[in-house]
Amino acid sequence: MKVVIMGCGRVGARLAGLLDADGHSVTVLDTNSYSFRRLPPDFQGTALVGNGIDEEALRRAGIEEADVFVALTQGDNRNVMAAQIAKHIFNVPRVICRIYDPLRQEMYSTLGLEAISPTTIFAQILKEKLES
Amino acid sequence: MYIIVVGGGRIGYYLIKALMDEGHDVLLVEKEAAICEAITDELGSICIRGDGCETATLAEIGTDRADMLIAVTGDDEDNLVACQVAKHKFKVSRTIARIRNPKNEALFKKLGVDVTVSGTNVILEHIEEEVPTHPLTHLLAIEDSGLEIVEVRIPLEAPTVGKAVRQLSLPKGSKLALVIRKEGKNRVPTLNTIIRAEDRIIALTTPESEEALRAALRG
Repeated sequence: MKVVIMGCGRVGARLAGLLDADGHSVTVLDTNSYSFRRLPPDFQGTALVGNGIDEEALRRAGIEEADVFVALTQGDNRNVMAAQIAKHIFNVPRVICRIYDPLRQEMYSTLGLEAISPTTIFAQILKEKLES
Repeated sequence: MYIIVVGGGRIGYYLIKALMDEGHDVLLVEKEAAICEAITDELGSICIRGDGCETATLAEIGTDRADMLIAVTGDDEDNLVACQVAKHKFKVSRTIARIRNPKNEALFKKLGVDVTVSGTNVILEHIEEEVPTHPLTHLLAIEDSGLEIVEVRIPLEAPTVGKAVRQLSLPKGSKLALVIRKEGKNRVPTLNTIIRAEDRIIALTTPESEEALRAALRG
């Protein structure tokens, strides 16, 4: 499948590497080209400088043909906005975004966005570890 | 009215001052402690330090009672989220977002923001007005109607000069509202009004038929 990932931080770069190794077509978008150093050396996909909340940048990243869009920048609001552009403007079949703030994540989930809060998940994992 | 303003930058600051002068109940939400303090010193306790995109902050300040939330931070994504949280969590009936990127206007409307204000567009329009050769100037967009008021200037050698309004093929839905003349009286055009060189024509149109209107008037 064709995947567009916004944000080449640790998670973004790692996800890009994993999907690329599995033979998917991956494009990573980041506002800072220095972030691309995190991609594995044998990365076959495309790394593109651009802002994912800009429709033009998303178009350049090939969002119109994408099967999946994942928003993984540090900013919750940027992720939320980019994910909504992908879903409502470009009709990408599968859109996932990271939202650190659990309350915001809850709200956007009820609005139909597939949103994941690492805060909630990681706290839960820690709690389970501590209590077992 | 109880109005919440998110973002205490220059726009937020002048906005709350203006709203206070009009007698509204206002509350400003600002992230930076220093800005909060300065505003509190000057205008009294109308500023709360916090993130206007956070449900907890908005709950604390009684956003469910607010008649309006206006988000004027410098980041489009923050303004979008503040408005969406206000709308969906607190049922605020009117949300207004400042946008930096004019292209976000349609997106924000689609995502439930009631009104967008683009500083960039406002500045561009004012400059357009001052460029005398500009064939069509946007004067005003009429909110929620899809209509706009524009001005078209008739050049000296336009093929339409000397023709009557009835002879022009004006696009459907466009109406000529006023003819402003250098010499003589300004008039509300009828079908018999003759177009003269250097007329400034004020018309009501839609963004889609703008180009056709320009072509009909200037040839």
